[in-house]
Amino acid sequence: MVYLTRRYRFSASHRLHSEALSDEANLRIYGKCDSPFGHGHNYALEVTVTGPVDQETGMVFDLVALDGIVGKEVLERFDLANLNLDVEEFRSRVPTTENVCERIFHLLDGKLQGGGPLHAARLARVRLEETSSNFFEYEGDRGVSTHGPVQGNHPRPLLTKEGS
Amino acid sequence: MILVTRRAEFSASHVYHNPKLSPEENRRIFGKCNNPHGHGHNYALEVTVGGSINPTTGMVVDLKELKTLLEREVLQVMDHKFLNQEVPAFASKIPTTENIAVEIWNLLAPKLTFGKLHRIRLYETSDLYVDYYGD
Repeated sequence: MVYLTRRYRFSASHRLHSEALSDEANLRIYGKCDSPFGHGHNYALEVTVTGPVDQETGMVFDLVALDGIVGKEVLERFDLANLNLDVEEFRSRVPTTENVCERIFHLLDGKLQGGGPLHAARLARVRLEETSSNFFEYEGDRGVSTHGPVQGNHPRPLLTKEGS
Repeated sequence: MILVTRRAEFSASHVYHNPKLSPEENRRIFGKCNNPHGHGHNYALEVTVGGSINPTTGMVVDLKELKTLLEREVLQVMDHKFLNQEVPAFASKIPTTENIAVEIWNLLAPKLTFGKLHRIRLYETSDLYVDYYGD
């Protein structure tokens, strides 16, 4: 299996604030990210697909098709948007980068798995950089890791946060 | 297991073209990458080797040996080459980033006697890379 990763960029604003918590709790948990005016990021999105290398084309996935799918499902939704106000799901779910990463995975998964011109390929991972110090990865719950062949079951989604 | 990665760069040109397909199909599938004159990239290669830390040397692998191996088995084969015509493996296989990554694995794995090859990562551009774990 070969893993192909394509990087995209989008700019968006968000506010980290949970209606289920008090103002004091929001401030304590989210700090400056709770500012009512919001703030923004240039997000860097990596979409990884995996599959066998097609004998005829030498490719795992048609990049033009991948760009089209990511453009339509993700960039049109999120680029230059206020995630809290412009994206339906995040009216009721805090648009932390964890949640955005997971949402992007599920937006793409149904469109990439078994789809496109190379039907054996599928979505393996979404990696989302909020800043150069913080990035998040989600691999769904299929028991396959892009960090190398997994010995035995991989029972939970791999959701990592590194940096500070 | 500790993973150690060595990075190298090489510059090469290639064409995406399958002679078994019609010219129209080649253009449709590969777009501008089907330009018969070819185009080029500065490829960035990351070779990751896994192993335990040797208690005497404190190293997983001798990076000088890894560097020499990369130079001999990969860079001398691919650097400043037109991949389609100057690398034997790509006479019959399209030098897509996927196929180049697999070929680099095939070139290195048998010669890596001092560690276990874990992953080949090959960047065609800063926004596009391929990982291969040998499976």
